[in-house]
Amino acid sequence: MTGTQLEPRQRPAAPADEAAERPAAPGYVSVIEPPSRWPRLDLHELWRFRELLGVFVWRDLKVRYKQTFIGGAWALLQPILTTAVYTVIFGKFANFPADHLPYPLFAFASVLAWQYFSSATLVASGSLVANVGLITKVYFPRILVPFAAVLTPLVDFALGLFVLVGVMAWYDLWPGPTAFLAPLFILLAFATALGTSLILSALNVRYRDVPFVIPVLMQTLTFLSGVQYSLEGISPTWRWLLSLNPMTAVVSGWRWGVLDGPAPVMGQLALSVGVGVLLLAVGVAFFKRAEPRFADTI
Amino acid sequence: MPPAITAEGLSKQYRIGQFQPAYGTLRDSIMNNVRRLRSGHLHDPPREIWALRDVSFEAREGEVIGIIGPNGAGKSTLLKILTKITWPTAGRAEIRGRVGSLLEVGTGFHPELTGRENIYLNGAILGMKRSEITRKLDQIIEFSGVEKFMDTPVKRYSSGMFVRLAFSVAAHFEPDIMVVDEVLAVGDADFQRRSLGRMESLGESGRTVLFVSHNLHAVLQLCDRAMLLQDGQITREGSTHDVVAYYEEQTVGSGSRVVWDDLADAPGNDLVRLRSVRVVDEDGAPRGTIDVRHPIGIEIAFRVLREGRPVVPKIKVLDQHGAICFNALDVSPRWNEPTPPGDYTTTAWVPSNLLNEGRHSVDVDIVTLASPKLIPHASVYKIVAFHVFDPAEGDSARGLYGGEFRGVVRPLLEWTYEEE
Repeated sequence: MTGTQLEPRQRPAAPADEAAERPAAPGYVSVIEPPSRWPRLDLHELWRFRELLGVFVWRDLKVRYKQTFIGGAWALLQPILTTAVYTVIFGKFANFPADHLPYPLFAFASVLAWQYFSSATLVASGSLVANVGLITKVYFPRILVPFAAVLTPLVDFALGLFVLVGVMAWYDLWPGPTAFLAPLFILLAFATALGTSLILSALNVRYRDVPFVIPVLMQTLTFLSGVQYSLEGISPTWRWLLSLNPMTAVVSGWRWGVLDGPAPVMGQLALSVGVGVLLLAVGVAFFKRAEPRFADTI
Repeated sequence: MPPAITAEGLSKQYRIGQFQPAYGTLRDSIMNNVRRLRSGHLHDPPREIWALRDVSFEAREGEVIGIIGPNGAGKSTLLKILTKITWPTAGRAEIRGRVGSLLEVGTGFHPELTGRENIYLNGAILGMKRSEITRKLDQIIEFSGVEKFMDTPVKRYSSGMFVRLAFSVAAHFEPDIMVVDEVLAVGDADFQRRSLGRMESLGESGRTVLFVSHNLHAVLQLCDRAMLLQDGQITREGSTHDVVAYYEEQTVGSGSRVVWDDLADAPGNDLVRLRSVRVVDEDGAPRGTIDVRHPIGIEIAFRVLREGRPVVPKIKVLDQHGAICFNALDVSPRWNEPTPPGDYTTTAWVPSNLLNEGRHSVDVDIVTLASPKLIPHASVYKIVAFHVFDPAEGDSARGLYGGEFRGVVRPLLEWTYEEE
């Protein structure tokens, strides 16, 4: 026998009536079956696991700036530095159109919305692989992992809003009532980021090419989303084409909301929203379809 | 009451490719398809392995079930399916209640977070509610024995402290069904002892426990029932003793009986040859596992081929470490005289409460005496084996104590005491 040693114990085992005092078999019965071809998203189950979602977000926030020198200040510095670079290159040298707004204000608002999307997608796409220890050891709805990763950067975004208000105060330019609509565009960014990262994170489980694709994808999308320039000067045909990218609607719609930029064209907005919702639906379906193989292939 | 676990026909198939480095690149997968197209084998069947095939069983509430079997038999796959980490390819299982597992010790611990933060994180991952963790926080901290370092990031912990804290969280999780994969459990002997102790107390509190282990001794002692998994299938199921004995017989090669049908091949020489060796209980029935409180018979059948010197049967009993417990010669007066040709059967009775628990093997020989020497004629080594177990019911040397109990022998002594 090995060195294992058992705790001293009492025999005989607990009498039957003592066992009967324990609460009867608890609430739920779980059924284990082969994966169905088109699995549904079990919203009921997601609700039961809502605390775990919160814990994942909390963990990611806690850990995020550990062992950095300036810590949470990075959340502010990143959009500020990017805006500074854009202001010099696109605002001064290239003289991009900026909806007749001061370029730094224009750029900062755009960068804030854009950086939420790009960091959410970047982190969430790698999230399943980053949590390999959990995926192979314990059950929970896997979708919580990319979901939490898309939620977490909202905190950075919220911090950035304070800087935005500061920049607005500097130029003394304040938004009108459209500001109340602005969060809807962030919701669209959220849906787009979630849809995209559901697909990419599931792909990444099997193909580790994903981390190499993302930087290129993000760089291309920045320029296609009107972050550095206003869409005003672009021909209608091209604007329709750009509207296939939901982030175009997010960035210009967000500017419309908070900076009183030009109002979005309804048809183009509808197209962007449609693509965003479709992306989310496809993302969920793709993810659920791939989910049964995660633990075996990761 | 419906069973805690009902499994019907659970099967799990892996494609061989899935065992290969999991992260094939996109290019590999494209190139494979191109290659298949070129070679014309469009539907080249991928090689498949059934890690689990048609496994059905039931576990009643409060039952402690041992799952044994060789490496790669599918034990861990079965547990992974029951804990929903992976999906079955076919079959169905119903599970009533919260499932927890000790293979999750330390799962999700984040090195940058403090001990206290990790308790919450790990607890939530195991499936505890925040309120439940808060309620048990003090107990968890105290049990871990690392109170002083609760606000230190766990990356500064020694590995021992880390494991203690992680185990403490897992031990305070109270699932209805506990799954313990001792095969995967890392940690030192102390840690393993604590896992076993934890498992045992869960079983006694009426929880259903599934216990995967290579430690047959622990399985014998803790489990009500056992299943043997081999090549993904349940090949034997029933009382722990039966299943363990059957498994040992298969794996170690030597079972509880050997019969030589063809005398010419039997061990021996022109004087004497063995015919069979069996381990039997008091009633003469063959047994692979024997309760320490009962005598064990080693039955030797042999044939004397010609009359010569007196032949004497001899056994040597060894424990599982190979240490010699004892030697014994058959001292019946019968063997004092030359033995006429013919068939003989003799049984050596090892008294009850003599051998310690665990696996024992027996060397058998038929010798002749040529003082001061023994001349062997039919030596066989470790030809049969049996497993001694002790249910610790109070009437053996270990009394009610269920822990480790060393020693080559385990005599039940007579104790005299005086009250002064």
